[in-house]
Amino acid sequence: MELKEGLSGLPQDESEERLAFYSEMIDDRMEEGLSEEDAVGGIGAVDTIVSQIVADIPLTKLLKQRIMSKKRLSAWKIVLIVLGSPVWLSLLIAVFAVILALYVSIWAVIIALWAVFVSFASCALGSVAVAVIEFAHGGVHTGIAAIGAGVVCAGLSIFMFCGCKLATKGALLLTKKITLNIKKYFIKKDKDNE
Amino acid sequence: MDAQLKRGLLDVCVLAAIKSEDSYGYRIIKDMKPYIELSESTLYTILKRLETADMLTVRTAEHDGRLRKYYRITDVGKKRIEDFKDEWKEILSIYQFVIKEDDTLG
Repeated sequence: MELKEGLSGLPQDESEERLAFYSEMIDDRMEEGLSEEDAVGGIGAVDTIVSQIVADIPLTKLLKQRIMSKKRLSAWKIVLIVLGSPVWLSLLIAVFAVILALYVSIWAVIIALWAVFVSFASCALGSVAVAVIEFAHGGVHTGIAAIGAGVVCAGLSIFMFCGCKLATKGALLLTKKITLNIKKYFIKKDKDNE
Repeated sequence: MDAQLKRGLLDVCVLAAIKSEDSYGYRIIKDMKPYIELSESTLYTILKRLETADMLTVRTAEHDGRLRKYYRITDVGKKRIEDFKDEWKEILSIYQFVIKEDDTLG
């Protein structure tokens, strides 16, 4: 079954339980008089199911599964792995560094946006303070100009706030998507190894 | 609908679906269908969560020469339904207040 293939890289107990659950559903549907094709189709696309399942399993568990499955390696493979460690270890570190950099850069943009918002908001407040001081010293023109600048900054900061909120939401979705793809990559690699 | 709220609602819906008698996956989905659409993978996650929270127990029984998992509500699960009913009484009275104020304003 196709779903079985999609789940092959998942932890053993997890995927078996899922499969049993879905096959029970399919059997129950068929008992109602649906054809096998319709029953399987009613469950939904295999890809969607696999993505949903993968999203539910923590990345650490997937990693652990991969490390555990390496236990059955033959002696010469272990020698190769040890000897090759300067190469693959640095590559592995590089891969993780790239992933980390990706996350950091996404969130750096978000932090920068919020910083712009904070600066606009503080400019607005600062301008009001300047205006008050100017009025107290008789500088009516500078005072009015400062108030104008304050209003502009306040408007921009409100605008920025809405934009920042949207961007943060987008970044959250994006990081979630990236994590899912990384998880999927691990599963695909497992399938190729088999 | 807010995701957190929906999750809480679905949990109680599944508990309600197994309250009067033990039920199985496909029947839970079928019973809930007129009220709320639920996918298989969502149901799986909910059942797992409720099992971990001791709100239901699972037993495997033979049906027609194959195995089927039956879910039974526990006392903790029944209490969750009662709490839910109390919470929603409160929410309903707030809702009525909001509607009333909104109407008088125009």
